[in-house]
Amino acid sequence: MANAKSQAELQKGLTSDDVKVTEELIPIFIMGKRYDVPKSLTIQKALEYAGYFLIRGCGCRAGICGACATVYRLPNNYKVEIGIACQTLVVPNMYIAQIPFFPAIKAKYNVEELKVGTYTLGEVYPELYKCMGCNTCTRSCPMDIQVMEYVAAAIRGDIKKCAELSFSCIMCGLCAARCPAEIVQYNAAMLSRRLAAKYLTPPAKHLEKTLELLQKKVFEKDLDEIQKLDEKELRKAYSEREIEPIETEEFWKPKDRKHLVPIEVVED
Amino acid sequence: MAYPPDLKKLIKLVEKSRPKRIEQAKQCLMYEPMKLEEQEDIIKKFHPDYIEEGKRAIAVGPNKGYRVANEFAEILEAYSRIDPDKFNLARIDYSCDILIIGGGGAGTAAALMAEEAGASVIIATKLRHGDANTIMAEGGIQGVTKPDKDSLYCHYLDVIGGGHFKNDPELVRTLVSEAPHVISWLEKLGTMFTKYKDGRLNTLHGGGTSRKRMHSCGDITGCEIMRVIRDEARNREKIKVLEFSPAIELLISDKGNCCGAILYNLETEEYLVVRAKAVVLSTGGCGRLHIRGFMTTNHYGATADGVALAYRAGVPVRFLHAVQYHPTGAIYPEQVEGVLISEKFRGAGAHLLNIRGEQFVFECSPRDVTSAAVIRECSERKLGIPTPIGTYGVWLDSPMLEIINGTGYLQKEFPGKHILFKRFEIDIAKEPMLVYPTLHYQNGGVNIKKDTTTNIAGLFAAGEVTGGVHGENRLMGNSLLDVLVFGRIAGRTAAEYITKPLDIGEPTLEHVRKYHKELEAAGVPKIRLSPKLLPDYISDKVKMRRLHPSILERI
Repeated sequence: MANAKSQAELQKGLTSDDVKVTEELIPIFIMGKRYDVPKSLTIQKALEYAGYFLIRGCGCRAGICGACATVYRLPNNYKVEIGIACQTLVVPNMYIAQIPFFPAIKAKYNVEELKVGTYTLGEVYPELYKCMGCNTCTRSCPMDIQVMEYVAAAIRGDIKKCAELSFSCIMCGLCAARCPAEIVQYNAAMLSRRLAAKYLTPPAKHLEKTLELLQKKVFEKDLDEIQKLDEKELRKAYSEREIEPIETEEFWKPKDRKHLVPIEVVED
Repeated sequence: MAYPPDLKKLIKLVEKSRPKRIEQAKQCLMYEPMKLEEQEDIIKKFHPDYIEEGKRAIAVGPNKGYRVANEFAEILEAYSRIDPDKFNLARIDYSCDILIIGGGGAGTAAALMAEEAGASVIIATKLRHGDANTIMAEGGIQGVTKPDKDSLYCHYLDVIGGGHFKNDPELVRTLVSEAPHVISWLEKLGTMFTKYKDGRLNTLHGGGTSRKRMHSCGDITGCEIMRVIRDEARNREKIKVLEFSPAIELLISDKGNCCGAILYNLETEEYLVVRAKAVVLSTGGCGRLHIRGFMTTNHYGATADGVALAYRAGVPVRFLHAVQYHPTGAIYPEQVEGVLISEKFRGAGAHLLNIRGEQFVFECSPRDVTSAAVIRECSERKLGIPTPIGTYGVWLDSPMLEIINGTGYLQKEFPGKHILFKRFEIDIAKEPMLVYPTLHYQNGGVNIKKDTTTNIAGLFAAGEVTGGVHGENRLMGNSLLDVLVFGRIAGRTAAEYITKPLDIGEPTLEHVRKYHKELEAAGVPKIRLSPKLLPDYISDKVKMRRLHPSILERI
């Protein structure tokens, strides 16, 4: 799917070589209307094949941004199926509609001021307690996240569990769209992750140390020096770099400490 | 979509060579990295940037005569979507202190800093807030945080060596010096970095790094970072976001200051005027221009709009001749074609293998070197693995990581890719992935100084839209770093700029008028418009049916 040709170019030099029918076409129904599309396409590419110019409902095209939430039904089946359009293959006779946007509540808060406790998530998003345990959210998640489990963790006040379980969330909104309790699961999960990372995970001490060293300007002299090197000297320095091996333990020690902060200063 | 039998047979060769390769890796025996001269040689022969065919000299503007890929020239040698003589600038639809064009990592970071400094901010973004290449960055973010074995000097040297020693030294220094602050900022905002139990940050290698300084959040680092800073922006009262409203022209005042932009509501097709005291350009990259017909890892909206806007207003560009092809884009199954397979796999030790199951390049070479090596393997050496649709790739041996690190490692460390391939009945813990270089990053862009100022007063730029910091080739983990470092600086610098007494003047479109004259003189056809806004993937079959031939003739 490289650059599509302009309409004028197409018309001018059209030969039968331009039309290749190599693949079996299958019928799909986009919002109830039939289109025949190659059967190897994803829903997203099928929409484009059918002639839709996507504005909403299309983002990263790689399954990570959550823009293309889609629902569909298959013939003779009562079930509502879900998927993200850029990752789901077409199936004969599927009935598709995209849900590019679904209204959701996003609380405003200041993570610096929130006190972390059993009820923190519930206080910010009280509708969490309306969960009736139907598990529709989990069944609606294209990322196979145990949504109901993390909602349960949130209700219990287990912020860390909620954060871990929801980590792969792409915030596509399908859980919220289908929730009979009208919870916006993914926004509560968002808060849980920020709280878990900020308050329930120890800070990196070596990072604090680095900031201290930066403040003391211990790196400046070396940077002044390297900025003065001409290309030839830079090439030499670059070629002679000592490379940390890939398979090595965390506390590997370089042999060449010439451009490192003296170890006694680091460990000070 | 599981591997067909022919490919399964070839996988046996990967399995056959694996025990010995794992043994060597455990003994820290790496595939011999190329010498600098060898690297330069392979790049010149096989990297797409060096193929003169497909390039041309830009016919107009501040860098007239500069040779870039045709696809770039097309968006620079193009007319505005509006007629500068007829457009009414008197009607103001929105006004604010700082207008930020682009709602990805750089724009959002800029918004947070500007708001903290007291400015009112509008983020105008083409798609949704957070729809950007930032969200797709998987591997990680570089920064010196382990001074017992790493230093800013080492980071600087890696960056400038990766960039072929052509980078702007001041920008590189700023990048590496701000990096620890950015990581700390993210940690304090509540970003779920992958950590040891005691809080120590996990760090890995990336291509071209001399130390393991790549910090990650599983294999969805950019997604996690974007989620966090977007959430923070949504908590702030003075940040307003206009979605589906890309900028299509900058406003430059009669006194030469940038003072707003014209937005285009993609849904209602209205043109809207935003007046601001300062403008930050953070529109991202160019993958959806499909430079040289390559598949891309980029977001749907990555059409280099900001480069076109700024260039038309008179901001020079640099390094636009250098485009980054990520060595490992998925090439099978076709549905995931172009999708990024993070460098983190190679940073963690996964090998690249040819059809015989042999290594052919040091996996952690800079990206351009690795890409050139893969292209050589699949072209000159004829050792690529054929796919069912006639393309070629090489193996990325993910199962070896599972063997070295224990069952469940891939699912835990690479959950995104694990589930993606599972959908196509490929278990990456058991079978390798087929990869080929994919258009990944716009190394070049508009010219900025280290404080993100451009040659136009009131116009700042940050992130992938700019050029200089990465020279001719960016290293992994420096793009997330770039957007946050320079995004934050842009927010602060712009906020400081507007506190000074300003005589901004009245907005004009004089620059557009002037540019149009230049285009006409150069004989550029009037149907060519930019910015491009979105790629057009509608099938040719439908396009053929849309317009009657007589209408086509008139165009």
